[in-house]
Amino acid sequence: MPVNAQGAPKARPGRRRFSLTWLGLVPFLVFSTLFLLIPTFYLIVGSFLDSTGQFTLQNYAGLTKEIPLNAYKTSIEISLVTALAGGLFGFLMAYAVISAGPRRFRSGLMTFSGVASNFAGVPLALAFIFTIGRAGLLTGLLAGLGINPYDNGFSLYSKLGLEIVYFYFQLPLMILIIAPAIDGLKVEWREASENMGAQSWQFWRYVALPVLMPSLLGSMILLFGNAFGAQATAYQLTGGFINLVTILIGNQLTGDVLHNTGAGYALAMGMVGILAMTLIAYQFLQRRSERWLR
Amino acid sequence: MTMGGANRLGQGIEAMQGKASLTPSKGRKSPLRFGWWLIFWAGVLYFFLPLLGTFVFSMKSIPLFSAYVGVLQDPKFYGSLGYSFIVGIITIAVSIGLMVPTAFWVRLRMPRARPYVEFVTLMPFVIPPVVLVFGLISTYSHAPLPFTWTDMGSTALLTFGYVVLSFPYMYRAVDTGLRSMDVQSLTEAAQSLGAGWFRILFFVILPNLRVALLSGAFLTLAIVVGEFTMALFLARPAFGPYLANLGSTKPYEQAAVALISFGLTWIAMGFIALLGRGSRSRITVTGAH
Repeated sequence: MPVNAQGAPKARPGRRRFSLTWLGLVPFLVFSTLFLLIPTFYLIVGSFLDSTGQFTLQNYAGLTKEIPLNAYKTSIEISLVTALAGGLFGFLMAYAVISAGPRRFRSGLMTFSGVASNFAGVPLALAFIFTIGRAGLLTGLLAGLGINPYDNGFSLYSKLGLEIVYFYFQLPLMILIIAPAIDGLKVEWREASENMGAQSWQFWRYVALPVLMPSLLGSMILLFGNAFGAQATAYQLTGGFINLVTILIGNQLTGDVLHNTGAGYALAMGMVGILAMTLIAYQFLQRRSERWLR
Repeated sequence: MTMGGANRLGQGIEAMQGKASLTPSKGRKSPLRFGWWLIFWAGVLYFFLPLLGTFVFSMKSIPLFSAYVGVLQDPKFYGSLGYSFIVGIITIAVSIGLMVPTAFWVRLRMPRARPYVEFVTLMPFVIPPVVLVFGLISTYSHAPLPFTWTDMGSTALLTFGYVVLSFPYMYRAVDTGLRSMDVQSLTEAAQSLGAGWFRILFFVILPNLRVALLSGAFLTLAIVVGEFTMALFLARPAFGPYLANLGSTKPYEQAAVALISFGLTWIAMGFIALLGRGSRSRITVTGAH
């Protein structure tokens, strides 16, 4: 590294100006180093050290134990289900309003989606407890009709319950990020395909979906990451008793439930690794979708 | 009363269908259109039912509205809301103070640094709040920088954590704002009139970024006031943990506060929508769930 740092300026004329120009970025670099890079680096280094400070890969091998493995499985499953369901219904809803609904509905839907996608965490979990929790409004109504969901195996405090709650912020987020792509579908394309005798399904199969596909996939990947990193909602809903990666990290942070600090760091880094992959995939798809949807 | 309501609803549906059949979009069949409307109304129901459930629960407290009166008389409500609000304001100030000069400098003098700066500002997407606070506590709970040993230090650490969370959308908002103006010419014009860097940033660049910065600021405020995870693990008396803990002693008040918090998000997002009218740039990033 030092060789590089000294070597680079020499290759260019005006070494003095080069070093002074960097000064403008110093506040940002210092801040992000202190409060983002060093803490991340601390977790990375810690994840490769055992309790005596020696290098080890045991922390990562330990992720295949039952509790961490199940945490990853549940987190990934919930994120996948809510990303797919939220993505599908969000797309249908955005398409319904943008293409078929009155124009004023559109701005209303976008504003509401902005609010709803930010209405998450503790108040969201509470709102669902008051609605379809054991003593909730809807539960009471359904029980009055003789179909109490809690007598039929449903529980809000389960995986399915959590998925229903996550759907509440996944759906509006999908609407927000897919709307520009739907706007990009040009009326001319439909008219052109109709002029050439295409059926509606042919328009969708050969024109609209191929154009929208990168945006659809990219948006769903974003939804996946959004659910995967969520902690507050699940914590409030289940009291910390559901085995998700974020919940497990929280429990490790307060009580060292894995009985090994290094294992906690590895758990966190596994999460960062998965999220990094989703971000890379998203950026790749984003570049693909920009080809058509300008 | 109910009859009248149902009747009016029926008329509304008739009017809607009538309007729909009057203006068929490019000859689409109406069953398809009906399907779209069904999806739309199912979505509306799904979104308002939990709010209704919360409201109904908060009204179970006797006498009527006593849950809300109770909340408004609770000093802890004002304490925690005030705490989160102040932390939010400081977060916004630090974030703008960092992001505006950085994005300006990258655009003007350091285009080569753009990929690195963008990489850092995107990192919070990959490092969720629970991991960030894990890293912050692990790093700063011991020498040489024992932030968490004092209340003040913990609050500072929480604020800096929130600043990091605001990086992705703040940087993008500022960068988009800068793209819509001629930074080079503005800077050269200001310099030729004798302005220094501080004057250029404060009196030339900043006013031009008004809309972008205000949108980012309201989003930050909404996220910080509702944030739970980082405040919980840093043991701060913030609004999120206050709301979470209220249930054990005051369940009706908890429902009332949950609704109030939804109303606060509404206000913040309403301002963003108001500011965003007319400008093409919109920021749509969500915060900590």
